[in-house]
Amino acid sequence: MTRTLLLSTTLIAGLATMAPAETLRLLTWGGYAPDDVVQMFEEQTGHSVEVTLSNNEEMIAKLRATGGGGFDLAQPSQDRIMGPQREFGIYKPMDMSRVDQSLFIPSMLEATMGNTTVDGAVYGVPHIWGTSGLVMNTAEAGDVVKDYTDLCDPAVAGKVSYRLKRPTLIGFAFAMGEDPFAAYGDEAEYKAIMEKVEAKLTECKPNVKTYWSGGDELMNLVRSGEVVASMAWDTGGWKLNEDNPDITFVAPASGALGWIDTFVLPAKGQADEAAYDWINFVMQPEIAAKITAAAGNFTASAGADEYAEDALKAKYQASFPQEAIDNIKWYPPVPAGLESIEGEVLDRVQAAN
Amino acid sequence: MTPDLDSTDLVKRFGTTVAVDNVSFSVPPGSFFSILGPSGCGKTTIMRMIAGFLDPTSGEIRIKGKSVLDTPPNKRPVNMVFQHLALFPMMTIAENIGYGLRRRKMPKEQIARKVDEALDRIGLPGIGARKVDELSGGQKQRVAIARCMVLEPDVLLLDEPLGALDLKLREHMKVELKALQAAFDTTFVYITHDQSEALVMSDQIAVMNAGRFEQVGTGRDLYYRPETPFVAGFIGEANRWKGRIERIEGEALQMRTETGLEMRATATGTLAAGDNAEIFVRPEAIRLAGSAEALSAFDNRLQGRVASILFNGAASRVLVEDDAGETLEVTLPQSGEFASLRRGDPIHIGWGAAQASCFKRAA
Amino acid sequence: MRAHARIGFVLLLTPLVLWLGLLIVIPHIDMAILSLRERISFGVYEPSLMQYEKALTEPLYLRTFWRTAVMSVLATGITLLIAFPVAYYIAKMAKGRLQQVLFLLCLIPFYVSELVRTFGWMILLRETGIVSNLLQWVGLADQPVEMLYNDAAMMVGLVYTSMLFMVVPLVTTLESLDDSVIEAGYDLGGNGLSVLREIIIPHAMPGIVSGCIVVFMLSLGNYLTPTMLGGKDSLWFTEMIYNQFIVRSNWELGAAFGFMLLVLSSVIVWGMLRLTGRTLQETMG
Repeated sequence: MTRTLLLSTTLIAGLATMAPAETLRLLTWGGYAPDDVVQMFEEQTGHSVEVTLSNNEEMIAKLRATGGGGFDLAQPSQDRIMGPQREFGIYKPMDMSRVDQSLFIPSMLEATMGNTTVDGAVYGVPHIWGTSGLVMNTAEAGDVVKDYTDLCDPAVAGKVSYRLKRPTLIGFAFAMGEDPFAAYGDEAEYKAIMEKVEAKLTECKPNVKTYWSGGDELMNLVRSGEVVASMAWDTGGWKLNEDNPDITFVAPASGALGWIDTFVLPAKGQADEAAYDWINFVMQPEIAAKITAAAGNFTASAGADEYAEDALKAKYQASFPQEAIDNIKWYPPVPAGLESIEGEVLDRVQAAN
Repeated sequence: MTPDLDSTDLVKRFGTTVAVDNVSFSVPPGSFFSILGPSGCGKTTIMRMIAGFLDPTSGEIRIKGKSVLDTPPNKRPVNMVFQHLALFPMMTIAENIGYGLRRRKMPKEQIARKVDEALDRIGLPGIGARKVDELSGGQKQRVAIARCMVLEPDVLLLDEPLGALDLKLREHMKVELKALQAAFDTTFVYITHDQSEALVMSDQIAVMNAGRFEQVGTGRDLYYRPETPFVAGFIGEANRWKGRIERIEGEALQMRTETGLEMRATATGTLAAGDNAEIFVRPEAIRLAGSAEALSAFDNRLQGRVASILFNGAASRVLVEDDAGETLEVTLPQSGEFASLRRGDPIHIGWGAAQASCFKRAA
Repeated sequence: MRAHARIGFVLLLTPLVLWLGLLIVIPHIDMAILSLRERISFGVYEPSLMQYEKALTEPLYLRTFWRTAVMSVLATGITLLIAFPVAYYIAKMAKGRLQQVLFLLCLIPFYVSELVRTFGWMILLRETGIVSNLLQWVGLADQPVEMLYNDAAMMVGLVYTSMLFMVVPLVTTLESLDDSVIEAGYDLGGNGLSVLREIIIPHAMPGIVSGCIVVFMLSLGNYLTPTMLGGKDSLWFTEMIYNQFIVRSNWELGAAFGFMLLVLSSVIVWGMLRLTGRTLQETMG
């Protein structure tokens, strides 16, 4: 009896010392948690990491389905935090004292915190940022396609592609001389802009080969030459550039669209300790550089640039002259209601003949 | 008169195996012709060639004098009752019987009338609306025949149609089939491995073995005057002795068996003294007696003991072990004379030389 | 003793009841409730028929709904037309080893996932794909031919994906048809067509109906094939449901769509059974 007691006490004591080691269930994008980084993290902290890959819409749908459970750390874009939080309450506020703020580029941290503040509480910190614009074969479409709307040019008929998602609507709106972000607060005005975009996209539909839905699908289309210009993420263009120097990412005349993927804590996350540890771990400059190498995009980590590969930096500089950087349109938080306007527009475009 | 069915030098080979080997026969109109043989003897192959499902390798098949070799099965004036009847389960009885008539584009009212007539004919009036699986085995049998007979074929082929029935029903259907054949007055070609079916119903029987016809004749011929050892052994039952012929005069002969017995028998085919031969004696041709004197009229006499009594009603047998140690099967008469016979009792048996057929045996 | 039997019965039944209850009944009740409410503002919902009203009045949704139904019926019909001779050959003409090999050949495409199968078609049909190159090489085309991203490509994918589910029930029912019944059909004066119509098809009806039901439901519920092969014109109802649930976060309308799809498939299956005069027990049992 005594021995059993002794044994269980030791066991409990043993468990107690292990307590900080948690399992971090991470809901993220492809490339954001490379194996070597996960391994280093597990070795250093004793936590273990389970990675689930997803995208913005599915992340929110998954968290909504469980009321914010099932994951301990998620990485939606900064514009997808405020709306869903107010609607579904799927995140929990971030304790900024547990985040090592010195690791972040101050301006980016400040902007993200501002964009993810609901009722005075901060919900997100920035991790990775990038842009979407045009990926094209400059030899074949470089003279024609300068902006999103040029994808509708007859010269590239049947050889262009884009996604049937909100970035396309926003991009076309800017290219058509509108400012959809300025209209975020005014539903009627926004609707009017979207109707113009809808007309343009419907008119443009015969020009489109197909609406791509996955990054790999687009890469295949461009690599094989079936598509010469497409609206896409910057990294896609840079990756293809390695195979074919003619293909690259081009910031459109009306400005690339800038996004920032964040860290948020799901409302029912059970491993906050591990989540904060992960954030502070991956934001270290040398770790952030590893992630940049894997994901192809730059991080919000201060000083990581020094560690980034020169090749990637060169591509970035080629795609973004200073005026193009200044012209990046950063996504502000999406107010509720806009997405249903966009949804209907997208449905109608999809159905148009 | 032209025979209804006539086949000459029919041969069918499957690869290197010869299933039907040079068979010729003709079936006169209105007769019941059976092909009797063990399974695998090629009888089904002949039938399928007549029906048109197989093409003969060589030879000729004529129906009413006309060659049908180039006629597909659906155009031949023969119909077939299949082994498992092959009634169409998705149709009613009336639809089954009317199927062939519909194929001939006969008007509906006429089909209905013909179907009713056929149902009357087979003694099952008014069952037209029923489903196939609501019928008993014997009823299905009759429907299967009616389904063919409404088409008034020149020849009806029947492929062991009684095989699936139980014994009692089979006995009954034998009589009924014969009656139906008489009623429809059509030529039936019947295939079976059951000699009793063939013997009871047929006008003519062809005994078939290993692709050849051994003997064609009436049941009586085959039973009493088998021409080959195979027929003698296949039709009815027989006690057999092998031996060497000692003397022969005309058809009468004497043979020494391998066990040393001397026997008198009647020769079938040409035999000479010194030939290896085999004698067949049917159990029902052997007489039982309590004493040797009672058998003095018989050419062959033996004595022995009752080894066993196989009681089977009218077909009861006694197994007699003779002094040479052989066991013979002898029919036990149910006249009461031998009611007290027990195992081990001494017994005398005898049979006439006319009832013992002797065949030459390959050396 | 009786009590024991009872316990055994309950134990045997429990997994089925749990499965049906947890995975089918309860989620559907949840969906039903979801589909019958309307969003008023942040986190505030009210019971309403608005979702169904929207689904039934918006021409886009209706068009997609009917298009999906018609295309699924068409895919089912084409699958049947192609699968029937194949199944007949496997069940009745091929013997022994050949039969097994052919059956296995039908099965092999299903060893890989649907995604891979669909990708296979994309590789074949795309502009720089094998078929296009072959046509150019033979001289039938003088420039690359795009065969993807249209209804025909989608139909090819749907039929291909469903083939096995039609072939299997057909082979099973056709195998149970005694060869002599077919021979009797010919012997009594039938030709190929009438034997097919009066004997083979009626006999194969249970297989045809159950194959059609399965293929129809698979096509109706297919998501991957229409989106990947149909491209910009795919317009499939499951895609709409996915969009409402995942992309638009509009679960209420998505749930209403889901129910419409459930009703549609039930009605068409019921209609198919009525048309062929069969009961569900006969077909499935």
